[in-house]
Amino acid sequence: MTMQTSVKTKKRGGMSLALAPYSAWSLLFILVPLIFVAYYAFTDDNFAFTTENITRFFTATSELKADDGTIGEVRTYLVIFMRSLKLAAISTLVCLLMGYPMAYIMARAKVRTQKTLVTLIMIPMWMNFLIRTYAWMTILQDTGILNGLLGLVGIDKIHIIGTETAVVIGMVYDYFPYMILPIYSILAKMDGKLLEAARDLGCNSVSVFKRVIFPLSLPGVISGITMVLIPSISTFYISQKLGNGKFFLIGDAIEGQYIANNLHFAAAIAFILMVILLACMALVKYLTARLVYGGE
Amino acid sequence: MKITSKLYTALIFIFLFAPILVLLVFSFNEAKSLSVFSGFSLKWYQELFHDENTLESVKNTLILAVAATVISTVMGTAAAVGIHKLKNRWYRMAVNTVTNIPMINPDIITGISMMLVFVFVGRLFGASTSLNFWTMLIAHVTFCLPYVIFQVLPKLQQMERDLTEAAMDLGCTPFRAFLKVTMPEILPGIITGAIMAFTLSLDDFVISYFTSGNDFQTLPIRIYGMTKKTVTPKMYALATIIFFVTLTLLLLNNFVESGEDKRWRELKKQRKIRLKRSEQS
Amino acid sequence: MKKVIELKNISKAFGGELILDDISLDIYDNEFITLLGPSGCGKTTMLRMIGGFEHPDCGDILFMNEKINDVPPHKRNVNTVFQKYALFPHLNVFENVAFPLRERKVPKKEIREKVEKMLSLVMLSNFAERSVTSLSGGQQQRVAIARALINHPKVLLLDEPLGALDLKLRKDMQQELKKIQKTTGITFVFVTHDQEEALSMSDTIVVMSEGKIQQIGTPTDIYNEPQNAFVADFIGESNIIDGVMLENYRVSFSGHTFQCLDAGFAQGEQVDVVVRPEDVDIVPLENAMLQGVVTAVTFMGVHNEIIVDIGGFKWMIQTTDSASVDDRIGISLDPDAIHIMKKSKYSGMFGDYSSYSNELDELSDPGGEA
Repeated sequence: MTMQTSVKTKKRGGMSLALAPYSAWSLLFILVPLIFVAYYAFTDDNFAFTTENITRFFTATSELKADDGTIGEVRTYLVIFMRSLKLAAISTLVCLLMGYPMAYIMARAKVRTQKTLVTLIMIPMWMNFLIRTYAWMTILQDTGILNGLLGLVGIDKIHIIGTETAVVIGMVYDYFPYMILPIYSILAKMDGKLLEAARDLGCNSVSVFKRVIFPLSLPGVISGITMVLIPSISTFYISQKLGNGKFFLIGDAIEGQYIANNLHFAAAIAFILMVILLACMALVKYLTARLVYGGE
Repeated sequence: MKITSKLYTALIFIFLFAPILVLLVFSFNEAKSLSVFSGFSLKWYQELFHDENTLESVKNTLILAVAATVISTVMGTAAAVGIHKLKNRWYRMAVNTVTNIPMINPDIITGISMMLVFVFVGRLFGASTSLNFWTMLIAHVTFCLPYVIFQVLPKLQQMERDLTEAAMDLGCTPFRAFLKVTMPEILPGIITGAIMAFTLSLDDFVISYFTSGNDFQTLPIRIYGMTKKTVTPKMYALATIIFFVTLTLLLLNNFVESGEDKRWRELKKQRKIRLKRSEQS
Repeated sequence: MKKVIELKNISKAFGGELILDDISLDIYDNEFITLLGPSGCGKTTMLRMIGGFEHPDCGDILFMNEKINDVPPHKRNVNTVFQKYALFPHLNVFENVAFPLRERKVPKKEIREKVEKMLSLVMLSNFAERSVTSLSGGQQQRVAIARALINHPKVLLLDEPLGALDLKLRKDMQQELKKIQKTTGITFVFVTHDQEEALSMSDTIVVMSEGKIQQIGTPTDIYNEPQNAFVADFIGESNIIDGVMLENYRVSFSGHTFQCLDAGFAQGEQVDVVVRPEDVDIVPLENAMLQGVVTAVTFMGVHNEIIVDIGGFKWMIQTTDSASVDDRIGISLDPDAIHIMKKSKYSGMFGDYSSYSNELDELSDPGGEA
């Protein structure tokens, strides 16, 4: 069935019947929805064209109490966006710093150990994201387990819940495996002969790492960074629970507008987020091309 | 492994498993506290099994996951076969890019974007609520499809191109050739893809959140509702059960994969023996 | 002899590049025919067309006088031994060979008999239950042949089937293939880029280059009477020298006039002269027709390969005599050592060993003269 058509259509350069349902599906439910985001973003409740939703994102203001008690006006959504970006960037960096050594250790282990470690790293991912996050809430609470343990050792209680640190911990925990696995898989595939060659040519272990291993692992690092950055920048639940709702993030903003049934403004925020992420990814792609395949 | 490596690994795994351990332990707590363990009890599990709403949502989740898995596996496998055969480079790249979108796009955007379409279409038909089981199913199939496709596609690419041609050469119609030769070769990819689709569907919250109506609640959505209020260890009991179910699925998948590895090792071994024999003779 | 397959004015392009350029070829019953040429010459495309995996852009393919341009592979009475065998990895040896029979719903008992017979033909009787991935290259090869023959096709297509085997095994398989072809009486269409293989196995050789047939003939024809410089160079080693035909049976080149066996050229026609390295005799200087200085000597086991500079043109000579570099030697050519070809677009591209000897110089004496 499928191939018969392909033999025939090969001449026409068309597509096979097997691909038809998926083509239709992806058109209807992947592409059309994206167009709808733009459509809603640029229309009002009566579907008349407007740029108001977009300008609202950049101009809406609200009062903010600064640390010194003074009250100032800030651009609500820009602040939210910058905060999302900051927390996501910190989380990504922490994931990278924690994850790279782990990936390296894993890649160097015996093959059987490697498999076990990969499975172990993946297991928490199969725990529901909401529950994972909630579990951290109970750990980090002022009366929670962490402070309980600290109390046992005789250290003063620390206040974490409701701080940005707690939000970062949540993000790091939720997306950590996405950083480790791509780096690990590229390190594990690396040809041992290359390392031997580098040593043969006079590199010590530090320079083997600096001049051979790390540059070769860059594609893994970059895909790890994107895989952590994108979900953490758009997450909406973590800050509600671990930040006590004090650190409204861009995802929370979208959700809030959805709940309030302001679909057009929700679409506008989503649209802006999408455009910025797209730009970021294009930049990353460009930098990767330069870093990995380009000059020095 | 060196001692520092071991230590580091241990720390990382403490970090990764601490919350899960907390869940497990406190699901058996006698008191309602989620920070002080006052005694072993199964009462939260009992309570869970009497919670009609939660049980209903478990049933819903399973129905949805099974339906989404079946549809996405069948359509995704066919799509992979179609993509594999695409000759036109640009067309191929276009399909690849589109397929990547749901994997790269943040879930929240995928969810919002589909919700907008559903609401819009619902409004066209004058429906009061446009989100229901079917919209959720469409959403789940959509985000599962890429995973199935990217599991099956490499298996097709690894397959020698000549195999299907050989089957046709030996008298198979193209469709028979697919069934008798291609299918056995790509089956492991299809199975892995299906398992991934199933677990993703079970676990999804964000996309479900935006595409679900009031009449059809899945477990993650119910959990979200529960965590809005004060949580009882009942939820932890539920999490523990889910954890072990997904763990079993994961191990099952590993088993399938390692079974494949084993087949390979077996073949290599036979090959070695054969080589030795031929050297001796 | 009966024609089994006829290709009539076949052309085929891929992505704007002409792969087959107006090819016509007849393939006869019970023939071992080889398509020989360098990679990219179109030989595999031609084979795949006969198998039904490619379709000609224009021209016709006839099978027993019937047009089969649009007949799908599974309906053609033609089978293929694929380059990398294409054995089904999920089936064992027996099931691989039985595959076409099961497809035709042949009764079980008959399948068993036929497969066993076929396996004994390819000497794999004891391997029926083995997994195909556990077999050696040569054994896989035999399974592929058995599988392709079990339907008793009229024609068997073989796409460089020996390419993956090592030299020794290759030689054995060549003999065996030839034997199988003789016992079954099936027409074999064999594709290879290995000229020795082609010469030793074929009844007919089709030499191809750049999508065109350069020459069709028996191995001896092709070797002794190449039609142009490409064929002369591709089949064996050749010295190809510019010459002038003085009259029938007399040719002049390298400043000397030779007797030859060729006639039918215009008087004074520019021609390509082919002299095979093994046909050159080394003689004392006083008896020499041509003289030259030895620039390289390579010991090849049975013979020596000598490169001689004769008036600026470097000749290759294969001889059991010995000589050393810088020796001045004389050579003599018998009339039957000389073969005259018409000028073609390949003239001047092949048959001069100067680059060959330079290469050797550079390798053995880096930076010596410079």
